[in-house]
Amino acid sequence: MSEINKNITPPVIEIGILGWLRKNLFSTWYNTILTLIGLYFIYLIIPPLLSWIFFDATFSGTTREDCTSSGACWVFIKQNMKLIIYGLYPSDELWRINIAYFLLTVSIIYLLIPNLKYKGIVGVFLLFVFPIICIFLFSGGLGLENVETRLWGGLFLTLVIAGVGIVLSLPIGIMLALGRRSKLPVVSLLSTIFIEIWRGVPLITVLFMASNMFPLFMPEGVNFDKLIRALIGVMFFSAAYLAEVVRGGLQAMPKGQYEASQAAGLTYWKMMALIILPQSLKVVIPAIIGSFIALFKDTTLVLIIGLFDFLGIIQFVGTNPDWLGFSHEGYVFAAAIFWVFCFGMSRYSQRLEKKLDTGH
Amino acid sequence: MTSETMIEMSSVHKWFGELHVLNDINLKVTKGEKIVICGPSGSGKSTLIRCINRLEEHQRGEIVVEGTELTNDNRSVEKIRGEVGMVFQQFNLFPHLSILDNCSLAPIWVRKLPKVEAREKAMEYLKRVQIDDQAHKYPAQLSGGQQQRAAIARALCMEPRIMLFDEPTSALDPEMIKEVLDVMVGLAEGGMTMIVVTHEMGFAKEVADKIIFMDEGQIVESKNPTDFFSNPESERTKTFLSQIL
Repeated sequence: MSEINKNITPPVIEIGILGWLRKNLFSTWYNTILTLIGLYFIYLIIPPLLSWIFFDATFSGTTREDCTSSGACWVFIKQNMKLIIYGLYPSDELWRINIAYFLLTVSIIYLLIPNLKYKGIVGVFLLFVFPIICIFLFSGGLGLENVETRLWGGLFLTLVIAGVGIVLSLPIGIMLALGRRSKLPVVSLLSTIFIEIWRGVPLITVLFMASNMFPLFMPEGVNFDKLIRALIGVMFFSAAYLAEVVRGGLQAMPKGQYEASQAAGLTYWKMMALIILPQSLKVVIPAIIGSFIALFKDTTLVLIIGLFDFLGIIQFVGTNPDWLGFSHEGYVFAAAIFWVFCFGMSRYSQRLEKKLDTGH
Repeated sequence: MTSETMIEMSSVHKWFGELHVLNDINLKVTKGEKIVICGPSGSGKSTLIRCINRLEEHQRGEIVVEGTELTNDNRSVEKIRGEVGMVFQQFNLFPHLSILDNCSLAPIWVRKLPKVEAREKAMEYLKRVQIDDQAHKYPAQLSGGQQQRAAIARALCMEPRIMLFDEPTSALDPEMIKEVLDVMVGLAEGGMTMIVVTHEMGFAKEVADKIIFMDEGQIVESKNPTDFFSNPESERTKTFLSQIL
């Protein structure tokens, strides 16, 4: 029997930075070539981009005349910030939106900090109480001045559409998924028809229908707010996609879980709420968040029915004669903000998966 | 022994499509009786006990559990499921819940017990199957034997009057079978009415009041253990016994 030798370390070439470089970037001759080509492209793109965005850019000033350098003119964004964030919402009433921004930010930060108490209460507040507060804050009532939805716009409008879409489409999607798998033929058929119709139509068509066709079918004098019509369209559209995602999760459940729940005497709804959905939703978290991200970006389509969301308003201020020619800055800014939101959701999805992992 | 009838099956038939899986089953189980059902795979033994708590529907005949007839009426099904506990071959613990929550879930949501009380009771039963030290772990962190004992505890937490076991040791590694069987023997000694589908003939000899041999959907032989092993009547029973003993 030979003794176990504990003193031998792995060869230097295999570990550390050198080992990593060797293994990942220069393992074969063609890998080396690819690495060099990649580095060349990074060299071509990154330095000019950085100098355009930061080093050569103009940050201070009030008019286009202040932008004399070769870089980006962020003055354009700065001067139009109010429009970009709030749309045409009356200046005297902006505090109402600010309160909502504040409540939203505080609640989300609270939920993201690990190991705090009363997270359930904050969650319930965010999902059920906060939207009701928002309805009154944004549109008026209870002594607040009425603000028509045609004045809503900018990031504010994007968040309203995405928020309503996300919060309402998930429960509707779950119900549709359960309906489609129902043993009752009528429920199953109706759910399937609903899902397939909404999934078979492009969102642009849905929005056009909501804005132009829908009023034709209404009796004269009956007028639904255009924004509400768009919201309903976005909501059902997203719900149909989520229904199929959730159905995938439901199908991944082993039969034994249903049998064990039934044998324990749980009714259908208790079985679904306590055993089946918690497990199957967990399986499809990445796909659900993926749908939410798609929904968030798709909100930009409301531009075509004359609602000025975040991207729409940036395009709109770009056509202002005072600021012609600065659309690059606008689009880069829009892309950056969209990316921050979507990346945030993506990271949250990963965190959630890790947190809910119980090793099966 | 009292002779209160717990389960009565009369002329029960069931088909899966064209396949006649239960063919004229007549079975009476009295309080405290331990019945072991054995037979080749596909003989209908699992289907038989799954009919008792309506995981499968029978198509002809009558099943009466504690005076309640099993019908399409959901209330009768719910009532019977409350009285009948079941243990599965694949354990079927809820993987997203801790062992303790697995055990206290049904008492809280079906029996409407207060949470604290349900958890206390769950700990009591987990102690009885000797895994109270694992109560806060998740099923995936336990061995097969421990999982099956947890599943037994989960069923017991509903304080059932009848326990059904569907091949409870078939999915276990050999060295874990004994710990599960020991729990079942203890349960039998406590007077529980039990129907056990198993091939563990040692367990059958030790515990059963009656051993039933099934083949092709029929009850071929139904005897006390001594007669069953020493004096089987049917050829099919003899062949089966010669294969597994």
